[in-house]
Amino acid sequence: MISAQGLTKFYGDKCAVQDLSFDIAQGEVVGILGLNGAGKTTTLRILASLLLPSTGTVTIDGVEVTQDPHAIRQKVGFLPEEPPLYREMTVEAYLRFAAGLRGMTGARTVERLDRVCEETNITDVRGDVIANLSHGYRQRVGIAQAMIHEPPVLILDEPISGLDPVQIVEMRELIRGLRGRHTMLVSSHILPEISQTCDRILVIQDGSIVATGTEEQLTEGLASVRRLVLHVRGEEAAVRGAVEGVDGVSGCKVLHAGDVVQLLVTTDEDVREALSKAVVGAGLGLLSQMPAEPELESIFIQLTSGRAKEVA
Amino acid sequence: MKNVMLITRRELAAFLKSPMGYIIVAAVLCIDGLLFNAYALGGRAKLSSEVLELFFYFSSGTTMIASVFLSMRLIAEEKQTGTLALLYTSPVRDYEIVLGKFLSAFIFFALMTLMTVYMPLLIFVNGKVSLGHIAGGYLGLLLLGGASLAIGLFGSAVAKNQLVAVVITASMVVAMLLLWLVARVTEEPIRDVLSYMALHGKHFLNFQRGILHSRDVIFYLSLIYVFLLLTSHVLSARRWR
Repeated sequence: MISAQGLTKFYGDKCAVQDLSFDIAQGEVVGILGLNGAGKTTTLRILASLLLPSTGTVTIDGVEVTQDPHAIRQKVGFLPEEPPLYREMTVEAYLRFAAGLRGMTGARTVERLDRVCEETNITDVRGDVIANLSHGYRQRVGIAQAMIHEPPVLILDEPISGLDPVQIVEMRELIRGLRGRHTMLVSSHILPEISQTCDRILVIQDGSIVATGTEEQLTEGLASVRRLVLHVRGEEAAVRGAVEGVDGVSGCKVLHAGDVVQLLVTTDEDVREALSKAVVGAGLGLLSQMPAEPELESIFIQLTSGRAKEVA
Repeated sequence: MKNVMLITRRELAAFLKSPMGYIIVAAVLCIDGLLFNAYALGGRAKLSSEVLELFFYFSSGTTMIASVFLSMRLIAEEKQTGTLALLYTSPVRDYEIVLGKFLSAFIFFALMTLMTVYMPLLIFVNGKVSLGHIAGGYLGLLLLGGASLAIGLFGSAVAKNQLVAVVITASMVVAMLLLWLVARVTEEPIRDVLSYMALHGKHFLNFQRGILHSRDVIFYLSLIYVFLLLTSHVLSARRWR
């Protein structure tokens, strides 16, 4: 459905995106993950034909972006990081305007307007002036304008940016609800969001893809480097001795000493089983063993700290 | 053309909803009225046609100033608020965006200009002027306003915000206005070129006097075309940045 090959974008001398290549199948929901300034927004803007690439090609549904951007715009719905809303307009007038720009008229506009308002849960504010809406509603109106013309591809740039926890849950449900009807690209720098809403993750760092795959694939590929937090009952020296004696443990730092010793253990491979056996075998009480960071967060830190590798 | 009308309608509605539009109209009507009363009607006894000429002369000044302020928001505001992304990611050609924006500003400007028509009509109370003179003068105002708006649209497209747009547009309008002065201190053939290029100078003088000359009409229409074309190219170039 979407194919990017050798995508590069320069802003003056600064290279924002460098030699990006990826393919996205029809109906797939792909998350683009990266730190601020990693090149996510530039990539999405190129895919939405808002920007043209310096070199490289982007093909959406068989149409090349630079060859026929007009046709691409009919196939893509785009929500920028800051929703493009005319504040003085009412929600309904704005969506009618957006529909008109996409060549929609008459009965189809009315039908789609009712549908997207229902899907994005903005029916109750249809007559309201956009300037008076909350940030969450504005984000929803932004998504409504992107999907008003029923595009096969939806591109959402940081859709949960600035939302409160309740609004985040609602937005997550909304994105999940769109699954199956659109091929979607969702960017975020918030890791759990990507893992909860997307089929596949594309990690971007300094304008290049550093990893792609599902959360499981990324976890599997990078499971060798972990940071674990252990809570062990026993003498500090005995605990340290037992932990450091396990093959694969590259570091051990005591975070808290006392009846229960809290340790931060850095390992080169998955040694959780061996650690448990060593601690229990030494006659110590293993109270807990858990990752220091959430799984995906740990992977992200590794990927963006130069230990990247192609996983899938 | 459908997209042009769609954008025109939205922009026109934005003009009518913004206080800035009303402030500009009020200021223009007030200044035009004061100048008409103090300088065109007042002072020594004048022929009716002289009064009308003076009215169009003063109105041409307010026309250019109003155009600078009417055009400043057209594209610069969309860049500031990020709404240009909606137009850029919709199947709309760049020239359709430019035409839509220009037409909306021009319609608003034309309505504002027509509100001053009571002043020339007042001349009929104590004098007599030809309707052709009035029509010619207003055509001149509309063409001059259209050209200034086109320059302003270009300024708005190259500027990052509305304030910069005003500065750029005002500088360009003033520069083009003063070309007739520069022409006076140069020699042929540069003098003719500069004199012809002057925004006001000899081109508006004919309209002011009620003389309709195709050369003057073509000059203003060419100016509008060139600046709209440049604006369209500026919008296209933004995609490559």
